Amino acid sequence: MVSSAEVTSRSLKANDCALQVKALSLTFANGVEIFDRIDFSVGDGERVAIIGRNGAGKSTLLRASLGMIPQSKSEGAWLYGEPMHNISGRKRRQLLRQVGFVHQKHNLVPRASALTNVVHGALARHRPGVRVWSQAFAPSHLRVEAMQLLERVGLSDHALNRASALSGGQSQRCAIARALMQRPRLVIADEPVASLDPVAGEEIMDLFSRLVVEQNSTLIFVSHHLSHAVRYADRILGVRDGRIELDCDADAKSTEELERIYGDEDDD
Amino acid sequence: MTSTPSRLPTFSSTTFVFGVAGLALLITSFNAINFDLETLIEGGPRLARLLGQMWPLNLDAVPRLLDSLWITFLMAICGTSLGIVISLPLVLFAARNLTPHPMVRFAVRGFISFCRTVPDLIWALVFVIVVGLGPVAGALAIMMDSIGFLGKFFAEASEEQDAGPQEAVKAMGGSRLDVAMTVVLPSAAPSFTSDALFAMEKAVRASVILGLVGAGGIGMELKVAMDLFQYETAAMVILLIFCLVVTVEQVSNRLRGMIFGRQ
Repeated sequence: MVSSAEVTSRSLKANDCALQVKALSLTFANGVEIFDRIDFSVGDGERVAIIGRNGAGKSTLLRASLGMIPQSKSEGAWLYGEPMHNISGRKRRQLLRQVGFVHQKHNLVPRASALTNVVHGALARHRPGVRVWSQAFAPSHLRVEAMQLLERVGLSDHALNRASALSGGQSQRCAIARALMQRPRLVIADEPVASLDPVAGEEIMDLFSRLVVEQNSTLIFVSHHLSHAVRYADRILGVRDGRIELDCDADAKSTEELERIYGDEDDD
Repeated sequence: MTSTPSRLPTFSSTTFVFGVAGLALLITSFNAINFDLETLIEGGPRLARLLGQMWPLNLDAVPRLLDSLWITFLMAICGTSLGIVISLPLVLFAARNLTPHPMVRFAVRGFISFCRTVPDLIWALVFVIVVGLGPVAGALAIMMDSIGFLGKFFAEASEEQDAGPQEAVKAMGGSRLDVAMTVVLPSAAPSFTSDALFAMEKAVRASVILGLVGAGGIGMELKVAMDLFQYETAAMVILLIFCLVVTVEQVSNRLRGMIFGRQ
């Protein structure tokens, strides 16, 4: 195990980073301290897995890094060299358009069709967004692009089905297509397969990492599956007790080694 | 050995004080309006006489009354539609999840509450002065009442929607308007439709009364018939109003059933 005191996230120059955060701290109103001055950076084009036990703060670290948790404080955060701190809400929205999110719960609009949900991904680059509120009004090239993405995730036959009618795996595939529709420079996935069975989870991770590589995007994913971290990431960050305790190349550790440090005691 | 608990419920002193105060208010209220059973019993024969004068119903007036009833119904539709059109954009400012600032929400909620708390009869009196006698004044009064009702319920329905998809659109860089149009409106559409149908039912009932103050429709026919002691015609009007209200309620119930059944 790597000593916690010695490990800090790799220091990269802000311009080489997709995401960089300096001295990130988070204390909730009830006095519970989640992070204390964490330095955190991810290089452009890297595929980074964030691992840790339940409640270690993996997802919180990601959300706080992007300024999505109001109580978090840092000396500074940069997204592709652009400061994320002390900026207007409008500027923050503009910066976040470079980031594609895939959530644990797919967060699709249940009453909208799969195609409309994917077209929504173009909100990030098609301003004003009026024409991408629904696939019915969307420009032809965006409809075609959304259909191609649905085809790539194997959902073209369900394009006009409501999202509420899709299975868990189908919904997550649709959410991946929506994130890729943004043509994001950085893709952030928060336990994207947590709600799926192991076979569907493997299939989704495989598809997901392949599509992200094809789009030359940077990938940061939070995963509870240590084997996914080893297989789909270039670099692994281990979070424990509110600190980054491990920062190593993915091939430097085996799943078994990680399991000993970060596997949950109640896991099989 | 533990003792057996008391059979009687125990009251706190606060509950007792509130109970006594409530009872005192109730007795004072009945005294203040000179309510007594004797007057009520004496009124019985007068009620029977009135019912006798209402029979037989004036069937000759039916074609004319149906015209007025139709106008009343259309007045309700126009008023509710205007209310819907104005209430929908207000949601962007009145719903907690969409408002640009809490103070804006407070101000817009205040306006909506004002529309709701002023009785529709007062709105009708105001609009009769503004646009003159007739159904336009009635439609505008219904519009104000509908804004008060729908503004509140549309905003509440918006606030109840799942936060996940809204966060997803915000995370893509979507604006408040994008969140409202891509997530909130499609998700809350069944609730909005149901609320709008309720507003329509309410408007039909209100539009009858509005006629009494000169806002047109069947209410005016009722007022004229009562003023001229034409109780057979008044009874016919009341029967037609009953049929209209029941029909609108039934259709509205069916439509709501279809909307929620399809989800």
